[in-house]
Amino acid sequence: MTMRAERKIAFPSDEGRRSIPELTALSAEARRLIVRYVHRAGAGHLGGPLSAADLLISLYFDVLRIDPSQPDWPQRDRFILSKGHSSIGLYAVLAMRGFFPVEELDTFDQIDSRLQGHPDMTKLPGLDMSTGSLGQGLSPGVGMALGAQLRNLPFRTWVMLGDGEIQEGQIWEAAFTAARYELDNLIAILDFNGLPQFGWPQAGGFTRNRPIDDPAAKFSAFGWHVVECDGHDHKSIRAAFDEAMTHRGQPTLVLAHTVKGKGVSFMEGDFNWHAKVPTDAELQQALAELNATVSHPNPEA
Amino acid sequence: MIDATTLVSPISMGKPVAMRETWGQCLVDLAHRYSDLLVLDGDLANSTRADIFAAAYPDRFLEMGIAEQNMIGIAAGLATVGYVPWISTFAAFLAKRALDQIRVVVAQPGLNVKLCGSYSGILTGKTGKTHQAVQDLAVFRSMPGVVTIAPADAVELRGAMDAMMEMTEPVYLRLTRDPSPTIFPPDHRFQLGRAVLLREGRDVGLIGTGVQTLRVLEAAELLATEGVDAAVLHLPTLKPLDLHAIIQLADRTGGIVTAEDYSVIGGLGSAVAETLAEHRPTPMRRVGWQDVYGESGPNDALLEKYGLTPGHVAAAAHELLQSPG
Ligand SMILES: Cc1ncc(C[n+]2csc(CCOP(=O)(O)OP(=O)(O)O)c2C)c(N)n1
Ligand SMILES: [Mg+2]
Repeated sequence: MTMRAERKIAFPSDEGRRSIPELTALSAEARRLIVRYVHRAGAGHLGGPLSAADLLISLYFDVLRIDPSQPDWPQRDRFILSKGHSSIGLYAVLAMRGFFPVEELDTFDQIDSRLQGHPDMTKLPGLDMSTGSLGQGLSPGVGMALGAQLRNLPFRTWVMLGDGEIQEGQIWEAAFTAARYELDNLIAILDFNGLPQFGWPQAGGFTRNRPIDDPAAKFSAFGWHVVECDGHDHKSIRAAFDEAMTHRGQPTLVLAHTVKGKGVSFMEGDFNWHAKVPTDAELQQALAELNATVSHPNPEA
Repeated sequence: MIDATTLVSPISMGKPVAMRETWGQCLVDLAHRYSDLLVLDGDLANSTRADIFAAAYPDRFLEMGIAEQNMIGIAAGLATVGYVPWISTFAAFLAKRALDQIRVVVAQPGLNVKLCGSYSGILTGKTGKTHQAVQDLAVFRSMPGVVTIAPADAVELRGAMDAMMEMTEPVYLRLTRDPSPTIFPPDHRFQLGRAVLLREGRDVGLIGTGVQTLRVLEAAELLATEGVDAAVLHLPTLKPLDLHAIIQLADRTGGIVTAEDYSVIGGLGSAVAETLAEHRPTPMRRVGWQDVYGESGPNDALLEKYGLTPGHVAAAAHELLQSPG
């Protein structure tokens, strides 16, 4: 497409960017909010939001071009949480970023709330797509990226996928179309934590088999550029996102290696914590562990 | 003419039982008797409680992952070689995500696949509108050849599942997530396509389906304290529909209120209205979701906001009785 040459999408300038320790401290805060508000709501998911927390912080505090005071700014970067059951992770980060007061997290999953169990774009400004039925988020992402190309609009579209979610056939229909239209303004992030909700049992223990083998090879075969990173290391995430933003001619998949339930020892890698509500004692232990993670963030380091 | 509808006196509402657990246990019991029974799961076994079956029969439990359309196609293929696949997923994803696959490879060829939609209706554990099932009844009722069953309690569910194994046609079974009381005596016999009269009454006829029938029974008690004598008819099968029972109830009472944990479009209310409009035009009111999507929230708040409580059913009956005609 000829229009690609003219389209210039801004790249985050280094001086404006937060330090890695700052991002790490923000991630710990997001995780504390996640466990606290799932406990309070008595519902919601934990494993997925905790595994996605660093990626979400990196998006909203490092790379997305957004303006919380203007959530419908036409040139904003778009973000779709295709694995919509991780909504509390997104809400925590949106609140921290100033889209709405942190206290509003109290209403999560309550009646008349803007913070629905699964993201509802008709209720909460800042949500670019409604999700919750898995496997559907990448297609609207392709539509947004295609729309940006056709209108020559300088924004990127980011879509976060779950590794269980990409078992849905629609993901691969969208993957095909994105590559066919050479959508280099589209970036998908795969939260590759190795666990869906129930999955296939593995001999001896609570770990279960990975829902999808070798997604890097599969996305490459579909014509995507693939970058891998450690989804819990902000340096590694930044490097991957930066590469994704500069790659030309293909959509990029950021394959983020993550741990389901990351940050809380007794939740890590246990499929039972996909959508379990912690008891009071479990909450206290979880918060204690999360407080210990970054007790003295040093922004200069 | 003899009233063909059985009158079953509900037992006083017993200890709440989660229908999904009964479903999982009943699959195990059926598997003892039927060696062709298989369960196919869409990565939700620990929600639908197919995990009870998976533990008992690991080799007859097939995990299909998060891919409902594919799961339906595979079930259809298994049915052609003589297996009886039971599907484990949420009603919302079954009825809508896999709809075209159900239509073309299950319903049209009439293959023996048991389509079980768990977490139906509005009470889905605070998950909200993407998970609440507001179109499943319309979808399956309108699909030629698909039997549609919505049991009221665990006893009726067991009877329905026995009956489902006796049938060879595709069946949609509507299940719920949260525990609810048992109303049928243990020896109650489920009869496909037959309504059950749970309470006799002359002033107004209340009709329920699924677990909403429990709230309809409570509404009848409320009405009794207010001097209104309400009959309660339970329709566990929306297809085939017990036309005779509906028409007779209309004849006896002269006014009908339907109530369901579902939209007022396309479900029980529609089925009853269609029947009465053709055979016995009768004033009626439909209690259900008023053509809206739901949202996340605690059960009580949802029932209240979306108009599904016994109080709402009773209010609809009063309104009907007071309206000029
Ligand atoms: C179409 C559809 N099928 C099933 C579900 C139920 N469900 C919600 S989360 C989940 C598991 C998701 O696993 P994964 O994508 O790996 O997410 P994560 O590990 O990040 O939580 C399932 C099966 C759903 N929301 N949508
Ligand atoms: Mg996963």
